[in-house]
Amino acid sequence: MTTTDLGNLARIGRWRLPRRHVPVLATFALLLVMYGIGVSQYRAFSDIQVVFNAFIDNGFLLVVAVGMTFVILTGGIDLSVGSVVAMTAMVSASLLQNGLPAALVLLIALLIGPTLGFVMGCVIHYFEIQPFIVTLAGMFFARGMCNWISNSSIPITDPFWTGVAQERIGDPRGNFVSISVLIAFAVVAVAAYALAYTRLGRNVYAIGGNPQSALLMGLPVARTKIMVYTISGLCSAIGGILLSFYTLSGAPLIAVGMELDAIAAVVIGGTLLTGGSGYVLGTVLGVLVLGVIQTLITFDGTLNSWWTKIVIGGLLFAFILLQRLIGIRKK
Amino acid sequence: MSEVRTRLAAASGQRLFWPLVVLVVLIAANTAYRPSFVSIEVKDGHLYGSLVDIVRLSAPLILVALGMTLVIATGGIDLSVGSVCAIAGSMACLHISQAADQNSLSTLFTALGLALGLALVAGAWNGLLVSVIGIQPIIATLILMVAGRGLAQLITEGQIITINSDPYRVIGAGYWLTLPVAILIAIAVTLLIAVLTRRTALGLIIEAVGGNAEASRLAGIRARRITFLVYVIAGICAAVAGFMITADVSSAAGSTAGLWIELDAILAVVIGGTSLAGGRFSLSGTLIGALIIQTLTTTVYAMNISPQTSLLFKAVVVIVVCLIQAPAFRARFARRRPPATPTVAAAPQKEQVPA
Amino acid sequence: MGRQPVLTMTTISKTFPGVRALDSVDFRLFPGEIHALMGENGAGKSTLIKVLTGVYTADSGVVALDGQQVSFTGPMQARAAGVSTVYQEVNLCPNLSVAENIFIGREPRILGAINWRELRRRARALLARLELDIDVTAALGTCSLAVQQMVAIARAIDIQARVLILDEPTSSLDSSEVAQLFRIMRQLQNEGIAILFVTHFLDQVYEVADRITVLRNGRLVGEYPTAELPQLALVEKMIGKELDALERLDEQPKRELAAVEASTPLLEAAELGRKGSVAPFSMTIHAGEVVGLAGLLGSGRTEVARLLFGADRPDHGRITMDGSPAAIRTPIAAIARDIAFCSENRRIEGLVGELSVRENIMLAMQAARGWTRPIPRRRQDELVRKYIDALSIRPADPEMPVRNLSGGNQQKVVLARWLITEPRLLILDEPTRGIDIGAKAEIQRLVVELSDGGMAVLFISAELEEVLRLSHKVAVMRDRRMVTQLANDDTLDADRVMATIASGASS
Repeated sequence: MTTTDLGNLARIGRWRLPRRHVPVLATFALLLVMYGIGVSQYRAFSDIQVVFNAFIDNGFLLVVAVGMTFVILTGGIDLSVGSVVAMTAMVSASLLQNGLPAALVLLIALLIGPTLGFVMGCVIHYFEIQPFIVTLAGMFFARGMCNWISNSSIPITDPFWTGVAQERIGDPRGNFVSISVLIAFAVVAVAAYALAYTRLGRNVYAIGGNPQSALLMGLPVARTKIMVYTISGLCSAIGGILLSFYTLSGAPLIAVGMELDAIAAVVIGGTLLTGGSGYVLGTVLGVLVLGVIQTLITFDGTLNSWWTKIVIGGLLFAFILLQRLIGIRKK
Repeated sequence: MSEVRTRLAAASGQRLFWPLVVLVVLIAANTAYRPSFVSIEVKDGHLYGSLVDIVRLSAPLILVALGMTLVIATGGIDLSVGSVCAIAGSMACLHISQAADQNSLSTLFTALGLALGLALVAGAWNGLLVSVIGIQPIIATLILMVAGRGLAQLITEGQIITINSDPYRVIGAGYWLTLPVAILIAIAVTLLIAVLTRRTALGLIIEAVGGNAEASRLAGIRARRITFLVYVIAGICAAVAGFMITADVSSAAGSTAGLWIELDAILAVVIGGTSLAGGRFSLSGTLIGALIIQTLTTTVYAMNISPQTSLLFKAVVVIVVCLIQAPAFRARFARRRPPATPTVAAAPQKEQVPA
Repeated sequence: MGRQPVLTMTTISKTFPGVRALDSVDFRLFPGEIHALMGENGAGKSTLIKVLTGVYTADSGVVALDGQQVSFTGPMQARAAGVSTVYQEVNLCPNLSVAENIFIGREPRILGAINWRELRRRARALLARLELDIDVTAALGTCSLAVQQMVAIARAIDIQARVLILDEPTSSLDSSEVAQLFRIMRQLQNEGIAILFVTHFLDQVYEVADRITVLRNGRLVGEYPTAELPQLALVEKMIGKELDALERLDEQPKRELAAVEASTPLLEAAELGRKGSVAPFSMTIHAGEVVGLAGLLGSGRTEVARLLFGADRPDHGRITMDGSPAAIRTPIAAIARDIAFCSENRRIEGLVGELSVRENIMLAMQAARGWTRPIPRRRQDELVRKYIDALSIRPADPEMPVRNLSGGNQQKVVLARWLITEPRLLILDEPTRGIDIGAKAEIQRLVVELSDGGMAVLFISAELEEVLRLSHKVAVMRDRRMVTQLANDDTLDADRVMATIASGASS
């Protein structure tokens, strides 16, 4: 820095400002390109319902990824989400089978995830054990609970569940979304609002930026850290409910590996795995990218499902490299 | 009495004390439930018994965990080992399945060579990302964890490749000198890594890099090379584990071979007392860690609980072992006792010269 | 100054295990003054500030704000009472915007939602008060360090701060940025805020400070109006001149420079420098020569050592060894040319705490051989035993984790590490700081022995007596540049070196 005038320095700063938006914009561009390829290759792709279907098929992933965004923004990680999704679906199916009223089942199902998240957050914060290990234990625990409840899939026949699952909200031309998509959008909206307009949200960013500073600035680090794992647990629980709407059953081995999809969506959406930078909107785009890849591969017919993983891996690499190149990984 | 107590205290300070206690308790519980648990008998010149089974079944995990130990000791982590298992196993099975004579030894060795080559490339890729490009290990290896699984399925074309090769089958299910070959391989690799790290200076250098990277740099250690090397070793270990897993069932499924083994391996390392932050590592600790995990799984089987529910117990054991070893947790308990001096906060000479 | 002090600290004492960090220290701060707190390492500046802000609790003594006795439980409470601190390292979040960094934790809100418009407006107003024209929506990490520092100040003064503590705020700023900072400090001074200013740069003290309080070894040396304290007197008061009785016994005749300078230099640095670290300097070191580096803390002593060792990459100048050019850009290159470096920061840059004494001692030699050629255990034990005895490392247990050793013994372990590599140039950065007097004398004796044996030594120390006793010549550092090099003949004494440090002129 040889510039003498601070005003100049600041102006340089102003010019650099969009940097933190670059990853999200890149994701958006990628999404457009992929959609463009789809439309140019397959006529049916231009049907707006294709986009809706991407949301319908990935609504639960979107909700889970939103929760993961909170955790990753603080620089943590939550490996338990897939299992918690499965556990929530499993508990709901099992309780409904036992004849409990739908409202009560919903309430119970929505409480389990956040409770587990809260406990994990406390262990991570107070005993200073790495989030990776603690949430791994959480993952085992939740998956174990699924199998403990039942070794096989439990169908859901509750009228409320089937009603929600079959409800189609659409325009007269026949395009539609499910209620799950609306719930997912609501979660996204609440999360985006919380991150941008509440102290909790800003504390999440501050902790991700520099945890020591956050502590010295007098921010409630403990509360915030425990809160993000609780939020992630809540999102997983909601994701589990949506999944049970989608499949109308609870299965012990469903959503295995969903944590990886969620992490991938968050990273592709431009959030730094080291924390402190990223947006919920980016995560939405990340989930859409995953959805469009699946759709493209389905449309192609000759490509097989494993290409999805290879492409996701490639995209992960590209985005991590991009983050390094534009240097927002500030030390 | 007090002497016993001090001895106990000294013993419990040892790194391997708590992991060993857990292992012994598990075995004791099994024996109490089913006294035949500890018996080992010879049938057809082969050793049989629950304990032998546990060691045999834990062989792949031991291999992966040993490689993981070295990676973690440098302060890194390798999430991709499960995928590398699948890639190597699939590659070997693919080559054998395409050969005219599946039982020929030359086919076997070409297959193993090809697969090891792939694993080498995978390890080198991870090493490159971490040591040269400087990406955080957990992120760098996540890439191959996701993409590698796809690559393995690409190799098997989404099918389960079934092979009919006796020599290959030996790797996972054969016996030699009354012992399962898998155990022998695990012992051999353990010894090899022990020699590689403890008879050369590799172990010391790895611990120095993981313990204090800056001090190591100033002492003239080429940290990048070492970091690169441990990821390659982890890749090779994973490949051998992949051979065992696929050989045991004489088939390779790209989507399931070695699935989640990286998590078990990380657990084994952590249970064995190697800190995730890097530094001092313990190969014997890792060994015990891997045995604990497998014993737990076998125990649950033996007690007629659904195998998947074993995850519940695993979660409990993980948390208990990690809590016991966590300094913060110990400190909390120490505080209940007489008010021992809390950690002496930064001494007065905190002022540092600006760098 | 006829007014009442805003802050008084009386007879503050604080003891850490083994160290009396503060011994009955008094301190006063008046509204609208800039007050420099001066002292070398271990003088107690940091401890005093930490007692003031409630990080530490004093063992005895009274802190009073506006005449009211106070006892803060932590920096947050101190801030709420109007005592704010800005540290050398900016403790803000680089990923958040400038405005947010100023207000996070107390953002203006409407119905629970953060009012961004109001937040930015207030941030602009606050920065305007500091006459700073910067974009408040820019991420802090994209701003220069100077701007970050000023944002930290803005955050500190936003709540009605009456006392502002600036702990080495200028150490990473260039001169124009410092000027900017000083303008803001004067601005705040005019508003009646009392500023406690800690710095190592003498020029800066004389430029802005009204009064100076000097601490040495945890004791108050005195409080002086800046105008009445010449630079030389200040340096004397900071460094002190009392010779320890034990050291006096050791006094040796001055070392002969001409004899060692006859041969070709072992190492010659020509205009070696690095931006933001140390201005280009030239120096030569001969075999068997001890070159002392004198200067205050933060004067660039360590930076010189790091450049010569390749720990930092020089961006200017050349190094010549044995008459031929040597590219020393990494520690490995330096070690290959038989250069060794004992960092002043043993814990962070020297030792691997978990590893044993033996392993730490063997590290550099082993690294040079490569991991494939281990040093046989018997040879290790031999070497380690030899140096544990030679340097009397205690406890003499080679397998003890090195973090359990005392500071002096840790220092000897680092020394042993390098001595077994038989270097030709040994760079010692503050080898005697923070260690007991016995160990200190031993290390000094060792330096003499090594140089007599033909080893070149670059000896860095804040203690002039020590530098003068050991060195053939003394290079004087001030404000990140090498002022001059003085032959250590009979005419050179501590007073003359101090005068050189104080004036900055090459006398």
